[in-house]
Amino acid sequence: MSIDPITLAVLAGRMEQIADEMDATLFRSAFNPIIAEAHDASHGLYHATTGETLVQGKSGLPIFVGVMAFAVKAVIDKAARDGDLADGDIYIFNDAHIGGTHLSDMRLVRPFFHDGRVFCHLASVGHWHDMGGAVPGNYNPQATEVFQEAFVLPPVKLVRAGVLQQDVVDIVLRNTRLPASAQGDLNGQMGALDLGARRLAALLAEYGADTVRAALEALSDRAETLARAEIAALPDGRWEAEDFLDNDGITDTALPIRVALEVSGDRLALDFTGTAGATAGPVNISYGTAVACVYVAIKHVFPGLPANAGVMRPLGITIPDGSLLAAQFPAPTGGYTETILRMIDVIFSAMAQAAPEIVVANAYGTINALSLAGHRADGRRWVMFSFYGGGHGGSIDGDGLNHGNAPISTATIPPVEILEAAYPVMFRQWALRPDSAGAGTHRGGLGAIYEIELLEESAQVFLFGERGRYPPRGVAGGGDAALNRFGYENDGIWHRPPLASKMVGIGLKRGERVRLETPGGGGYGPPEARDPVRVARDVALGYLTEAGADTAHGPAWRECGA
Amino acid sequence: MSGGVMIGVDVGGTFTDVFVLDEDTGTVRVAKVPTTRPDQSGGFLAGITGPVPDLGRVASVVHGTTAGTNALLERKGARIGIITTEGFRDVLEMRRRDRPRTWGLRGDFDPVVPRDLRLEVPERVLACGTVHTPVDLDAVRAAGARLLAAGCEAVAVLFVNAYANPGNERAAAEALRAIWPSAHVSASSEVLPEIREFERFSTTALNAYLQPEVSGYLARLQEALRAGGFGGEFLIVQSNGGVMSVDTACRRPVRTALSGPAAGVIAAAHIARTAGFGDVITGDMGGTSFDVSLIADGQPALAAQTAIDFGMVVRTPMIEITTIGAGGGSIAWVDRGGLLNIGPESAGSDPGPVAYGRGNDRPTVTDANIVLGRIDPDRPIGGGRLDVAAARAAIDVHVGAPLGLGTEAAAEAILRVANARMAGAIRLVSIERGHDPKRFAFMPFGGGGALHAGAMLSEVGLGRAIIPRYPGVTSAMGCVIADMRQDFVQTVNTLTDAVDTADLGALIRSHVDEGMRLLDAAGVTFAGRTVVVELDMAYVGQTHTVAVPLTSTRDGAPPPPDRAAIGAAFDAAYRATYGRLLPGGVTRLLNLRTAVIGERPKFDLARLAPRGPGTTAPRTTRRVHFGEWLEAAIHDRLDLPVGAEIRGPAVLEQPDTTIVIDPGQIGRVDAHGNLILSPDPEAQP
Repeated sequence: MSIDPITLAVLAGRMEQIADEMDATLFRSAFNPIIAEAHDASHGLYHATTGETLVQGKSGLPIFVGVMAFAVKAVIDKAARDGDLADGDIYIFNDAHIGGTHLSDMRLVRPFFHDGRVFCHLASVGHWHDMGGAVPGNYNPQATEVFQEAFVLPPVKLVRAGVLQQDVVDIVLRNTRLPASAQGDLNGQMGALDLGARRLAALLAEYGADTVRAALEALSDRAETLARAEIAALPDGRWEAEDFLDNDGITDTALPIRVALEVSGDRLALDFTGTAGATAGPVNISYGTAVACVYVAIKHVFPGLPANAGVMRPLGITIPDGSLLAAQFPAPTGGYTETILRMIDVIFSAMAQAAPEIVVANAYGTINALSLAGHRADGRRWVMFSFYGGGHGGSIDGDGLNHGNAPISTATIPPVEILEAAYPVMFRQWALRPDSAGAGTHRGGLGAIYEIELLEESAQVFLFGERGRYPPRGVAGGGDAALNRFGYENDGIWHRPPLASKMVGIGLKRGERVRLETPGGGGYGPPEARDPVRVARDVALGYLTEAGADTAHGPAWRECGA
Repeated sequence: MSGGVMIGVDVGGTFTDVFVLDEDTGTVRVAKVPTTRPDQSGGFLAGITGPVPDLGRVASVVHGTTAGTNALLERKGARIGIITTEGFRDVLEMRRRDRPRTWGLRGDFDPVVPRDLRLEVPERVLACGTVHTPVDLDAVRAAGARLLAAGCEAVAVLFVNAYANPGNERAAAEALRAIWPSAHVSASSEVLPEIREFERFSTTALNAYLQPEVSGYLARLQEALRAGGFGGEFLIVQSNGGVMSVDTACRRPVRTALSGPAAGVIAAAHIARTAGFGDVITGDMGGTSFDVSLIADGQPALAAQTAIDFGMVVRTPMIEITTIGAGGGSIAWVDRGGLLNIGPESAGSDPGPVAYGRGNDRPTVTDANIVLGRIDPDRPIGGGRLDVAAARAAIDVHVGAPLGLGTEAAAEAILRVANARMAGAIRLVSIERGHDPKRFAFMPFGGGGALHAGAMLSEVGLGRAIIPRYPGVTSAMGCVIADMRQDFVQTVNTLTDAVDTADLGALIRSHVDEGMRLLDAAGVTFAGRTVVVELDMAYVGQTHTVAVPLTSTRDGAPPPPDRAAIGAAFDAAYRATYGRLLPGGVTRLLNLRTAVIGERPKFDLARLAPRGPGTTAPRTTRRVHFGEWLEAAIHDRLDLPVGAEIRGPAVLEQPDTTIVIDPGQIGRVDAHGNLILSPDPEAQP
């Protein structure tokens, strides 16, 4: 059936609201700060048979917008194989090779029945605090198999026709260092699905299933039309870009990520041939994650596109078999964030050659998963785990943002006072990092310096980062940003990790410190074209040192007595 | 209520509204004068002295102000400096590592204090409150001298963990007060002794940023009032919907961030309660936005914080107002995918809708209302004549043609999408707080809301809408009604099982003593005093807290807290919010919040009711489009007597708003002059 344009516009808003309310429910009720504060979670409505994204909440993590379709498809396939799907079932799993991203992300999928048939799927994904494995928090840069990263749960029924399977809950909770947190997050995700099901049932009662189904189809078509219009406005042609990961955490070899981007009419082809092969260490990503990452990059370039699978129809994506972008079980994927950030960077760099005004320069390009863990005097275990920020890239509109979150995320960082109240640490510094931004007509935003002192007897430190050897790139003639830099103090001497930004099991004693200095964003446009008055202002504010200003821009700013 | 004249003044972006209640004669007058910019005091005084030439009879003047909001939005506050813990000068600029928009990665941020005016001094307190490094007061004085030399008018002291032990901060503030030439010295533990450094620093820095500006403005007003013979009390509305003395407002101007809209919600709560409705959702439709607030059991919902703009966080209890970009001036457009959208772009009030003829040629929500006959083009609010042909042409070009709809159908489509967005906002605010929206009545205020009241009933399934007699001056009326309210917070951060109830009781007492002192000092007569004690609590490991109401005590000291009661109150609050408890979960008590409220006497709303026989006869009729063109009765709303019943289709007009009664709905005038709109039980389906 066709649908009138007015009902369509009304339903578009109503369905988006259902996903938004599911997000809001989990953010408020989740136990672990990675979901509650950093919003590392997502909810949406997915196609009954293909699993494609129909509607996704606006506040969840951007990377999930594309990847959840693969998680839902995995459940659809599983249910078809088993042949026992029933109304009231909820599946749970974290298997990254079929669901995308990494094992920390617990996915719940609830087939939504209407008139005895699956109308669509509701899904909830959230990053749990700990899922077992060798390293608390699950960022193990030395993992060579998923089994060293975390407990792997394939899709199984958590709820069977409305009845909670306590056995499954018991298995999950026995495999985490933080069972109370896991139980709280599980309750929160089930609560979000309950709410989504209630809202959707009310919507179907009000408008009828046929009308809602017709609206969903029309919205996919509309998304496709919008995407084609954006692509058609680009010049036809082929552009290439290349960047590198420092290493895989095991062997100190740089890993190329390559893209060739081809625009022809209203179609856009992205070919990642030439990217490094699968690695022993955990910088692999699954095929689904790679596809989802392309979606994230495209939506940053064209922010008006909706969160809907129709956007993907004009795209041709080539992910080479055997590459680290198409990992096979049981290759480790814990560091997927670093790889997809680099994919976004090369897509931006290639697009900048086609139309620089539509992209921003590279952001800081690493999430810097840093954890400190130990036991308190009374024997209780503590794990302080967080991601750290850096600068955003400059654009034709202006300078990049100082200390932003990663492009794949909308996560906020916990306050120092919350961290210090919860863990035996004292931050010595929490500051912007001078000279960390890429120079340009519009410079990048600044990265940050975080210095942390241990207040307990001893602790172990784990870091999973990148950009220690290859800096975030400028575009349109803009300069590169500073490298990521990590140091730790043992017996009064400062050390750097041999693999630049990755390390496990660093021992710290009371009073010793770690120090993380994150990259800024790349610059946009030639630095010599920057207004010297703005250079002088950057020096006066300490964003640039005098020497840094001279190197990037020459001495003209010195005449501008800011 | 004691005699004399009470005046409420609400200064908005376009108009300054004045509400005058004369207790001696039992009369009410309202006035609307243009707002003067940048100094709002000119319009303020003109608005008062028009209806009340003799200020000597005035017992109180209560002011809802946007002076603070505007200074924040337009970055017109003072040049200020901050002094902070070594290693933390960039907290204000680094924020919580967010970004302005999820998609696009563009946009940067300039904090209100540039980096060279953010100075560090040696000092450090640990999370447990232990002083790790005593504050170096020589360094503080040197930093203060540097900021003064740099031309700073105000200074804020922002120390890490000062919520846990304010000693270092207090010593630094004291040292600064000894050298600072004005009273504009703020310390974060004085403004907001609550954990989370960015939120506390931001609130304190914005307080300092507003101090010179707002206190100067209020001092000018007070002086002018006194010069005019005014000897009564001068009070300011806070974002929490309560009033404070001018003295408090000068010290805590950041509490005025949402002063104007808060007063409107307070008035709405009072009007609705008097009309017999405890549960109300208010909708204030302006030129660019639709602001929604929820009142449950007569109490407006409060939010803990808001961001005035990206990175400009104010954390202080405030009336929760949800804003969506669907106002009268919001532009309707069809995207390249063929979907009709309303906003967020807006023509505002200048140039305004196409029909205003001031240069905008893209259709707005108001244009749709004009084309459909809901607004009289010959008698619009604000005067003049409207260009209906231009509005029709714009709707044809931008909406009708791309969607294949005729003019009226396209205009109806614009209203339906706009109404659906407004209805969505109403649903979201009620559902987010666990309420069923169908239980609520809708109260539109401001100029545009009443045009859409009927649509809200049918879209959301609400039973009633209440349209106050003077919806255009609701905020000014709220100023006269609002109670005096002081909010206090203190982070406790302890396990509930380990909480020292004697210490907690002492904290509550100190809040109450300070609150009562402020009430006493304001020189206001109160009908009663209420103390509300609330705790922010969570399960251990959870970072978001739930607000746990503990006690509410009228005219007496709150009872001493006890652990069992705290545990039971947590369970009740948690279950109400999330549905299920965590079995065996250990709970933590993060913050204590105390509100000390002085109830100001309420005037009798019957004073607003229509007097005399009036008339229920329509002034005229007009064709109005409700799916088809119907001949609708047009009434002068203020002429309708108590008890009048008007069936739709009808339009009620008055100087400050237009009310549309849809076919199948009925409007009744109640004893206070409100119009109660509901489905008409006698209407043919």
